[in-house]
Formats: sequence, structure tokens, C-alpha cells
Amino acid sequence: MRAGDTTKMLKMIVCIKQVPMVSELPWDPKTGVLTRDAAEGMMNPACKSALEAALRLKEEHNGQITAITMGPPMAMEVLHEALAMGADRCLMLSDPKMAGADTQVTSFTLARAIEIFCSDYDLILCGCHTSDSETAQVGPQIAEELDIPSAAYVENLSVKGKTIRIERIADHFLETLEMDLPGLVTVTTGHFTPRYIPIGGLQDAFGEPNILTVGAHDLSLDENTIGLKGSPTKILEVFSSTAGKKNVVLTGAPKKIVEELFKRFDDTIGSVIRKDLKAVK
Amino acid sequence: MERKKRSIWVFGDYRNYFQNRVTLQLISRANDLAKIIGAEVCVTVFGHDTDEWVGEYIAHGAMKVYVCDHPDLKFYSNDVYITLMERLVRRYEPEILLVGATTFGREFAPRLAKRLKTGLTADCIGLDINEDGILIQTAPAFGGNLLTKIVTPERRPQMATVRPGTFQEIPHNYHATGEIVPVPLPEDLPKDRIRLISSERQPSREQKLEDAAVVVCGGRGMGSRKKFKNLYELARVLGGEVGATRPVVYSKWAEDETLVGQADKHIKPKVLFSFGISGAIQHTAGIKDAGFIIAVNKNPNAVMMKMADVAIVADAGQVCTALIRELKKRIRS
Ligand SMILES: Cc1cc2nc3c(=O)[nH]c(=O)nc-3n(C[C@H](O)[C@H](O)[C@H](O)COP(=O)(O)OP(=O)(O)OC[C@H]3O[C@@H](n4cnc5c(N)ncnc54)[C@H](O)[C@@H]3O)c2cc1C
Ligand SMILES: Nc1ncnc2c1ncn2[C@@H]1O[C@H](COP(=O)(O)O)[C@@H](O)[C@H]1O
Repeated sequence: MRAGDTTKMLKMIVCIKQVPMVSELPWDPKTGVLTRDAAEGMMNPACKSALEAALRLKEEHNGQITAITMGPPMAMEVLHEALAMGADRCLMLSDPKMAGADTQVTSFTLARAIEIFCSDYDLILCGCHTSDSETAQVGPQIAEELDIPSAAYVENLSVKGKTIRIERIADHFLETLEMDLPGLVTVTTGHFTPRYIPIGGLQDAFGEPNILTVGAHDLSLDENTIGLKGSPTKILEVFSSTAGKKNVVLTGAPKKIVEELFKRFDDTIGSVIRKDLKAVK
Repeated sequence: MERKKRSIWVFGDYRNYFQNRVTLQLISRANDLAKIIGAEVCVTVFGHDTDEWVGEYIAHGAMKVYVCDHPDLKFYSNDVYITLMERLVRRYEPEILLVGATTFGREFAPRLAKRLKTGLTADCIGLDINEDGILIQTAPAFGGNLLTKIVTPERRPQMATVRPGTFQEIPHNYHATGEIVPVPLPEDLPKDRIRLISSERQPSREQKLEDAAVVVCGGRGMGSRKKFKNLYELARVLGGEVGATRPVVYSKWAEDETLVGQADKHIKPKVLFSFGISGAIQHTAGIKDAGFIIAVNKNPNAVMMKMADVAIVADAGQVCTALIRELKKRIRS
């Protein structure tokens, strides 16, 4: 293959999301939307594995990687990180009008951007799910939007010509699938442990980053079809799941604590282990 | 024009035992919801030789079953099933469509929702109807530390995937009757873009920790490998399994397979003991389905302690030893 022969290149797109790092609860109680600026961000772990999968394919084939994210300006950090890890170029979708999007609209927006700025792709890689919204829906919905096949929860993959071979665990079955390209996969963190960022890579990334930033206007998107406005689902309420816990606190000497524990909860524990835990008289 | 009767639909997912159980659980919840909005409960079954499932769903509360049975549908196929379902939904316009959050369901439902241009709430752990007859969908976010209530106010159907084990199935009644509506296989189905090369049942050993009713999890606060080994004795006495946090696995106090968390094993014990664990989100993401939680930590303010039903402020190693001793005393066999 001739160097620079882009027609034979394996062109990949990796969709990356920035998620909050901390376990504090940065959501707006009024709108129910997470206020991301309140927390420090990181690249969603499964997205990082998707990028790692793409990087390994790039090393094996003559590949090119475009990383895309949609998010507030701060989310640019994950694109810098992606470049440092080895992505070739990046697309940043950022616009206040895009905020508050549900999966239907997130996938719509990402798909329009892919069609306009990098329609010439072979494979799209997403994380299997994000650690904040956890829907695992955006990947398959991008595929549906673009009318390409998709496979979720991919553990391992290899590309051969115009097909990709996929291994995954689905509903207690270890499956091997073959999918036509162009296609989309969502990747688990199981096999693709992300590489460490080389120092040089980090400098390159911050020197002259190859990042194109676009807004709703550049994608010719009507504001009624994107963001919170365009989203068919609405969040009514956000609440803490630990609120319902009784949270009995026991202190003192371990022996006394354990006696107290069984005095109060012998039935709760006993019924699960199917043993009578009442004190021996 | 004839007004369509309101209906709540359940996607009949039956490929393995667990998938089929979720379907039964959803039929049960659909019955509760249907009573509130005056709707009928319908199930779809796509496949080949599906009589067994059709009968089972009627026995468990399905009032109507749409059956597309054809040799070409022998294997589950996303592309084909989505097209079939899309057409049925457009024709019969159900109010609500529920899908089990199995691997298949989580791949099938998002694409279907996209094609129907409606909302979809992932992995729900609660479904209710509000005063306006709208489906209130409760779903976890943020590693289960937050719950959200989500609605699809305008678009139809209102779609949700539901986590297995969320609802209880109705006991079967093989005298129940239901209407079976045969659906002919359309001739213009899409060509499969994915081919199944092989499929093997996973070794069941992998599932032990995930399915255990009692799990004893230990973290860095156990202090040493030697003290950590004590947790195995506790797990043995309780008839449970041992789980660990990442620092523990990195320090080789426990096997890689014991790692519990976000990206690794998700456990759902009825009783969880947590020793010397701070409660970082990457860990707690894996225990959000735990029932009764007993946490031991020197620091009463650790997140793990706030999540617990019983928070024991003490040295983890000492409590473990005391527990083993007390349990041995109490268990007479
Ligand atoms: C991308 C990523 C993925 C990760 N994935 C996972 C994952 O899947 N699973 C996972 O577990 N972690 C994961 N981690 C690591 C995670 O962030 C935490 O670092 C880890 O869970 C903390 O483990 P720990 O609670 O055992 O240790 P620590 O956070 O160090 O907590 C130890 C606790 O023990 C208490 N303690 C100390 N001494 C005693 C004593 N004598 N008696 C009683 N209590 C005592 C302390 O008060 C403290 O609360 C991940 C991290 C990253 C960045
Ligand atoms: N805002 C976003 N920008 C880019 N990619 C995203 C975004 N949201 C979700 N994704 C992709 O979709 C995957 C699944 O996300 P989710 O459906 O939120 O669990 C992520 O791992 C990303 O690959």
C-alpha cells in the first residue's frame, strides 16, 4: 500500500464523552439536568477503551482516527487527551443550544456531524456506556440514524477487508459475529486497557491541536430539534438512591457490635443464608 | 373511524432462561399499569416454533399475543426484529412498549426507539402511572448513586428497558385464555448485515460472584493480605463469595476475578458485607443492586458508610474475626 493512499485507509471515528470524576452530585435540582461545570471531568472509561481499540486497529492497518465529542467547552480536554493518545484529528460539537440532550437527540446531533464532516468512515467506535447517564443507548442510536449495522458490548475485534469480526458476551453466550462495514461497535473496558499517554504526545496535543469546533449553525440544525427542547424524554426529578436507607450506626468494641448486629438483624441475615441465627440459649 | 383500544406491549424475549424471566416480570407489571389506564396487555413473539412461549405468556397474564413464526426467524436478528416491531407498532399504536434490559434488549430497544422517533428510558428499576396517565420511569444514573424519574410526555409509544428482577412475575395459570394474532412474515425484510459465526454458553464459574446471595467485599482498609484472607473464612461460614476493590486486586491480596465495580463485576447480593472500603464511585457502581448492606470502616463519614443499612465504626479486621466467632457459635448444624 502506498503511503498517503487514503482510499485504502481504515477510517475510524471514536465518540468520546466527558463525564464528571467525583462522586459528589452535581445536578440542578430544578431542571434535573446534571450541571457538569460543577465537577472535574474525565474521559468516560468505556470511551477510552473504544479509543484504545481504534488505536490498536490503527497500528495494525493503515488507519486514521477522528475523535468526536459533544459537550460544553470544558469537554475539549478529552479531545486533547485523545490526540495525546494517538487520535489524528478531532471534532468538537459545542453550543448552548445542544445542552440537555437525551440519547435520541445526542445521537441525532452526532450523526449529523459525522455525515457533514467525516462521512467517509469505515468504523465508528463508542463506549458501551457512560458512567454518568449510563444509558448505553447513544451508540446503537447513532448506527440507526446512519443506517449502518451495530454490535454492542464488544470485547474484542479484528478487521478484515470490508468486514469486522467481533467477540462479545451477550446474555450468557460468548458470541462471535461478523459484521459488514461501514458499521458501529460499542466497546467494553474488559479487553482494551487504555495505554498511558506518552509525554511527547501530550506536548503535540497542546502545541497545535487538530480540533475543529462547530455549533448548531454549522450543522444546519434547527434549535427545536436539538438539546433539551428537541428531546422526547424529560427528567422530572433526580434524587439520591441512598436516601431510603435506615443507616443504623454501631460503635464500640467489635465483640459488642457483633452481638448487637445479630440481636437486631439475625432474621435479615439468617433468612438469606437459610440458617437460624438466634442466640443459643 | 374505530378507536383503537389502548394497549401496553411487552417484547417477548425468550432466548434463554433469564431473558424469558424478564419477559414474565414485565407482563406482570404491564398488568398492574394496564388496570390504571384501562388498557390491554399484549406481547410480541418473533421466532420459529414459538408455541411454548406464546402459551407461557398467556398463562402469565398476556391478553393478546402477536406471533410472527417463520423458519427465517430462527435466530435473533436485530435488523429483522426492529423492522417487524416497527410495523406492528405503527399499525396498532401501543401507549407503552416495555423491553427487558438484556444484552439483546439493550441493543434492540434504542434502535427501535430511534426509528419510531420516540423516547426511551434505559434500565428502569421502577414503572408507575401518574394522574395524567403518563408512564413514570425510574432509572439509575451516576453509578446508581442517583435515581431519576423520566417521562416521555408527547411521543408514543413510551418506551423503557427494565432491569431483570425488578418486578415479580404473576404465578402461571394454564386455564387463562388470550387471543393469538398471527403476523405474516413480510416479504421485504432487510438483509442481515451481521452474521453469527459461533455462540457458546459461557462457563458458569464466571457467574458465581455475580449471583451470590451473600458477598463479603474487602478494601484497602483490611490492611494486609493476611487479614484479607480472613474474609474468605467469613464468606465460607456465610455460604457466600468474596469481592474486592481495585487496590486489593492490585496488591494481589485477592484474585483479579474478585474485582467489583463499574467496569467489572456487578453484584446483587441480598446481604453485602463491606470491610474497609471507602465507597469510590467506580466501586459502588458495581454494588448498586445490593440489598441489605453492612459496612465496616474506621471513618464514619466514608461514602460506603452512608450507603449502608448498618454502619459499623470499628477496625475491619477485628470485626471480621468477631463475626466469624459469633456466627460459628450461632449456626447449629
Ligand atoms: C477508571 C477507573 C476505574 C476504576 N474501577 C474500579 C473498579 O472497578 N472497582 C474498584 O473497586 N475500584 C475501581 N477504581 C478505583 C476506585 O476509584 C477506588 O480507588 C477504589 O475503589 C478504592 O478502594 P478501597 O475502598 O479499597 O480503598 P480506599 O479508598 O483507600 O479506602 C479504604 C477505606 O478503608 C478505611 N480503613 C482504613 N483502615 C481501616 C481499618 N483498620 N478498619 C476499617 N476501615 C479502615 C478507610 O477509612 C477508607 O475508607 C477505578 C478507578 C479508576 C480511575
Ligand atoms: N455527548 C457525547 N459526545 C460524544 N459521544 C457520546 C456522547 N454521549 C454518548 N456518547 C457515546 O455513546 C456511548 C454511550 O453513552 P450512553 O448512551 O450515554 O451510555 C459513550 O461511551 C460515547 O461513545
